[in-house]
Amino acid sequence: MSPKGDVPTKSSAGKSNGTKDSERQSSSKNIQDKSWLLGVYEEMCYYRRFEERVNQAYTKQKFAGFCHVHIGQEGLCVGVQRALRPTDYMITGYRSHTQAVAKGIPGREVFAELFGKATGCAKGNGGSMHMFSKDKRFLGGHGIVGGQVPLAAGVGFAIKYEKKDDIIVCYLGDAAVNQGQFHEALNMAATWALPCLFIIENNRYGMGTDIKRTTSIDHLWKRALAYDMDHGQVDAMNVMKTYDFVSGVVANMRKTNRPYLLDAICYRYKGHSVSDPGLYRTKEEMAEWMAKDPIIQLSEHLKKNKMATDEELKALDTKAKERARADEDWADEQPQPPEEQVWQNVYMD
Amino acid sequence: MAILTYREALGRAMAEEMARDSKIFLMGEEVAEYNGAYKVSKGLLDKFGPERVIDSPISEGGFAGLGVGAAMVGLRPIIEMMTWNFGIQGFDQIINHAAKMLYMSAGQFPVPIVFRGPNGAAHMLAAQHSQTVEGMLTQVPGLKVVTSSCPADGYGLLKSSIRDNNPVIFLESEMMYAMKGEVDDSEHLIPLGVGSIKREGHHVTLIAWTKMVARAMACAEQLAQEGIECEVIDPRTLRPLDEDMIFNSVRKTHRVVIIEEAYQAASVGSYIAEQIQRVCFDELDAPVMRVSNEFVPMPYAENLEHRVLPEPERIIPVIKQVLYMD
Repeated sequence: MSPKGDVPTKSSAGKSNGTKDSERQSSSKNIQDKSWLLGVYEEMCYYRRFEERVNQAYTKQKFAGFCHVHIGQEGLCVGVQRALRPTDYMITGYRSHTQAVAKGIPGREVFAELFGKATGCAKGNGGSMHMFSKDKRFLGGHGIVGGQVPLAAGVGFAIKYEKKDDIIVCYLGDAAVNQGQFHEALNMAATWALPCLFIIENNRYGMGTDIKRTTSIDHLWKRALAYDMDHGQVDAMNVMKTYDFVSGVVANMRKTNRPYLLDAICYRYKGHSVSDPGLYRTKEEMAEWMAKDPIIQLSEHLKKNKMATDEELKALDTKAKERARADEDWADEQPQPPEEQVWQNVYMD
Repeated sequence: MAILTYREALGRAMAEEMARDSKIFLMGEEVAEYNGAYKVSKGLLDKFGPERVIDSPISEGGFAGLGVGAAMVGLRPIIEMMTWNFGIQGFDQIINHAAKMLYMSAGQFPVPIVFRGPNGAAHMLAAQHSQTVEGMLTQVPGLKVVTSSCPADGYGLLKSSIRDNNPVIFLESEMMYAMKGEVDDSEHLIPLGVGSIKREGHHVTLIAWTKMVARAMACAEQLAQEGIECEVIDPRTLRPLDEDMIFNSVRKTHRVVIIEEAYQAASVGSYIAEQIQRVCFDELDAPVMRVSNEFVPMPYAENLEHRVLPEPERIIPVIKQVLYMD
């Protein structure tokens, strides 16, 4: 499978392309707006540089545990986030660093969490796989593959119960579509029309196993067919396409409350975790995908449309690098949690 | 004072709590239109409507997780497992998610939820419908585990469980749903972590919970004919555990038999026995003894099932043993 164009295969995505919704209109306007695009560019650079520093810090044994980085998947993270509003919820699996930052958790608090520090976004109780922020409506980082999917259905249930028009974005990896709980949650979300946007971060590999070896279907959006759920596929290596497409989906969901399954085609450049050398992939395959790098794609677009020069883009990247460095430096200086924290928050009064 | 069945007492507790707090909803298999597989939720659909009393698909992992997600953002779900044997399908959500969310998020996401349903053997339901789960679930930090042995306790403890801000495992029993008992007409709550002395005595302490309390009471009745006064205590909540009540009774009787519908190894009973020997070692006049299920999957045949469960004919000799009467 290689990244193809977007395939809106059913209802809401298809329809929303033709609607005159305000969110939809603003999305079309945004992707033509220079300063908006430069902001997106800088944000993607920041996530790239952030994860590079995380990767490096882990390799230098500045922290332990598991560490899964997002390098290569920035287009999806930024494209989706820009289509949301602050009151929307987000939940994800164990690859949770940059999604947490995108949802509004300061990068330094994510870095501090990785280092197991008291000022991390989970005070050092969570670590790489368990970023949380109640204020930012980021409901975790979860370490059991597919376990977050029913949780998302529950948040969707609560949104509907309280008669709000927020949505929840639930990220999951491609391999999670083979978990029973994924199916149970999709069935409930479709049956009860819960506003859940399930996004498969389809980077093709469940750890070291090519998805072709673990499922009989050629496209993962087909999982939605069993539940008569709206669904589509997007080229998530392209941030503009992703943003535009997801904006349409979200606008429609706010009106209908219907759930949606999005097959977001992307690629991770690093191994499943930092300790994985990724020997199950060929150099050719990696080169083919890296040529479609989301940051490079946007930089070419900006230059071609005379919206930015190489120097200007380089300056934004330098700024992103400095931000990531500052995050790590800040985290370095933070204290470890106090010992009494061991006993706190096991139960609530 | 009204005479209610155990199922009616639980239903009344849910109805009162749902009337008090609109954030509470009930979800499970057959809880709404069918009025509950065991009729515990009878009438709730009519009272509260389909938005709050919801028939789920047969997806224990799915709807347990849905409950946890809803609780994370402010609702207070009651999730009914038709039996805890099916609830095992939802253990990933209960153990990996509900129990750990508050801690992993450093206090940001409490999970106020009750998972309730019948636990343990009923009558000839065979191996896949006769298990108890309290041993497994008291092992998990973050969960509270609540049992009850009569309608009044069920009522007061379920209300407290629903108001608790933590995930609560509420264990019922098919064999108890028809049990009748007095329940005060006025609203009352029983705090979690407080046990109950079901019968006072000074010769030996019998510790039991759920339907084993009735077994213990039957044994006490029978032994009273022989002049043996058993004290029967029911800890009711197994996490948190009313250790003071247990220790005080041991200090009074100096002899203990724990009667438990579970297996011997790594059970609630083994934990209680360990606590007693640690804290009350000098008080004991005999080893702490336990009567448990035989360590086999539950057989179907009536006589075999009877042989596996702790029944008076196996309990009474053990009580006499700690009294050195044999």
